Amino acid sequence: MQQVIEGYRQVAPAMRAEGDTVVLDANGVYYQQLNEAIRSAVSAGARNIRIENANGQRYIGAGLRARDLRIEVHGTAGNDLASFMDGPTVEVFGNAQDGVGNTMASGKVVVHGDAGDVLGYGMRGGRVYVRGDVGYRVGIHMKAYESLVPVVVCGGKARDFFGEYMAGGVLVLLGMNTQFPGDPIAGSFLGTGMHGGVIYVRGDVEPWQCGKEVGVAEASDADMAELRPILEDYCAALGLDLDEVLAQPFTRIVPVSHRPYGKLYAYL
Amino acid sequence: MPATFIQPEFRVKIDYDKCHKCGRCVQQCGWGVYDFNERPIPHDEKCRACHRCVTFCPARCITIERNPLAYRDNENWSAPLRKAVWKQAETGGVLLTSMGNPQPYPRIFDHLLLDACQVTNPSIDPLREPMELRTYLGRKPDAVTVEPDGQGGFRLAEGGGVSRNIELATPIIFSPMSYGSVSLNVHKSLAMAAERCGILMNTGEGGLHEDLYPYQDHVIVQVASGRFGVGPEYLQRGAAIEIKIGQGAKPGIGGHLPGEKINKEVSSTRMIPQGTDAISPAPHHDIYSIEDLRQLIYALKEASGYKPVGVKIAAVHNVGAIASGIVRAGADYVYLDGFRGGTGAAPAVIRDHVGIPIEIAIAVVDQRLRDEGIRNQASIVAAGSIRSSADVAKAIALGADVVAIGTAALVALGCHVCQSCHTGSCSWGITTQKPELTRRIDPEWGAERVSNLVHAWSHELQEILGALGVNAIESLRGSRERLRSIGLDEQTNRILGVKPAGM
Repeated sequence: MQQVIEGYRQVAPAMRAEGDTVVLDANGVYYQQLNEAIRSAVSAGARNIRIENANGQRYIGAGLRARDLRIEVHGTAGNDLASFMDGPTVEVFGNAQDGVGNTMASGKVVVHGDAGDVLGYGMRGGRVYVRGDVGYRVGIHMKAYESLVPVVVCGGKARDFFGEYMAGGVLVLLGMNTQFPGDPIAGSFLGTGMHGGVIYVRGDVEPWQCGKEVGVAEASDADMAELRPILEDYCAALGLDLDEVLAQPFTRIVPVSHRPYGKLYAYL
Repeated sequence: MPATFIQPEFRVKIDYDKCHKCGRCVQQCGWGVYDFNERPIPHDEKCRACHRCVTFCPARCITIERNPLAYRDNENWSAPLRKAVWKQAETGGVLLTSMGNPQPYPRIFDHLLLDACQVTNPSIDPLREPMELRTYLGRKPDAVTVEPDGQGGFRLAEGGGVSRNIELATPIIFSPMSYGSVSLNVHKSLAMAAERCGILMNTGEGGLHEDLYPYQDHVIVQVASGRFGVGPEYLQRGAAIEIKIGQGAKPGIGGHLPGEKINKEVSSTRMIPQGTDAISPAPHHDIYSIEDLRQLIYALKEASGYKPVGVKIAAVHNVGAIASGIVRAGADYVYLDGFRGGTGAAPAVIRDHVGIPIEIAIAVVDQRLRDEGIRNQASIVAAGSIRSSADVAKAIALGADVVAIGTAALVALGCHVCQSCHTGSCSWGITTQKPELTRRIDPEWGAERVSNLVHAWSHELQEILGALGVNAIESLRGSRERLRSIGLDEQTNRILGVKPAGM
């Protein structure tokens, strides 16, 4: 008995092989069947998967742990793309929606279009590269531990609460490939509650945009030496010109304290 | 001016005629109450009445007394209120405390009485008759599909509509307490006890230490707003996954594990650097609606191979509607935490003034889910000061499937409810990360004590069921007809769905 949920059919996606690539046609297929097909292909040994006609299916790549796995998504990837993912590379030729890289452990996500809200929430490792704009609350509560250092680079502009509660990692905002040329590069409350990690913004940010927990300064040569290999990798992944990206000075935003609320309490 | 106006709450009395001058009290006290100069000299202001020194004094020469210092009587301006103002005038800080709400609000469990059989319907002797406490945690189907098994019977058809449930030997599980708020030895004690008792422990939001991997089939792994220690391996190891939205002791606010408690092991389990504050924001930043909650529930199911996913909330005013939304969002269980639930640290103003009693929340949620015809779709776990097997039976009669115990399990491990968990200096080695204190709990000893408690309560539950004349805990679930109230007002009785005694 075939059921239709929110316009999606509960059927397995059409599958074919092209060389060593498994191709899945996601057109109108419900996310559970699509993701089940992805997991089955991975268990059967597939290491290259191409999803065609993606139209908003959620959780693509969620919880997958194969390090040498590559997933291409053609179309629009749905919410929570690559959430809890540990290892694979996911490349989206189109836009991604909310929750990209939610609590991601490692791996790489490349989005050739725009992405939505809460990108990289709680992310603890791996990289997310977005060519265009991103939404609200991006990079919230990213955290680093020893060799695990998450990196998020957004090529366009961001809305409010960029890097809120950030506890570790590197968050970069370029403001270049944007649909909103008249808007400021980031919204308000940038880095509010930040207590670890670093945010780089290409160009300037106004003091009113930032949370009170951060300090803002122009990036030094040493900072740029840290940032340059990240931007090289980003440009290579998206086919962008590194010189153009580096043509403007960057602003570095770091927390003033690792314990922003350390003095808030009196013990009874 | 003196450094503080606040006078000591307790007085440490030592009978020096009996004292061996052995210094055991100096060594045992986590708060540094004692100096030693030929004999122990107590500093009363540091004492928290945890009785560690009293318990370990070989001469039994120590006692703790309440400081009899009189305050001018004033029912309105109690001494604790005066002291709180002085403390805040001295520090400018938010008053931080721990454990459950100690204020004298009515305790509804103590106004409920259970029924028993007399003459007309026989009671059952649980010592001779089978008495079933087994409980299944998780979603139950609206209907199942069966097929002939070829031997004259029937079996469940493949894909017959049954979701994965977790079998519990008794309807008692351990409530979430993170590694960080409690010590690793406490986590091990609870995990080992959970395995022995056929029940579950819960990581809280602090990750799963690798020493607990052997017990993973008896562990609920929690996902909270800080996402500490959460990764695909963590999700795949747990028996079930729990999304923590709120906690009864501090509804609506997040958590801060202070940097002092983040040592190397806690740091590696939470996967955050040593010495930084572990900040759990008040909301999950990807959950602003029931639809968003559904998205996280199914993200966790997709990432874990469709394990049961529960949602824990604090019991608040509109709990019925919230629970309905949670069930409709796809949760396999709803965990309700009442306003007396414990905590490792919470602002006193929140702990003492926010939330509603668990008894009310159970009754309201059970009724709401029944009225909407979705009660079968999720189990109800009730917590927030379950103090005895009587509380367990009453909670189940009000409509809970399972209860969770936190403070009771810690009391079994030696906790004296001194409400000082937030200091990180627990003399009993429970809510501390100081190695000289944490080693005071041997996990093997701890597991036995906690298992004893669960077994004892389970036996008592069987006695209660026998007296009620039923032979399975399922027969008591939601059976409010077997409860009567005394001293509750008519409206509370109506909300609880319980008749007053005599009716």
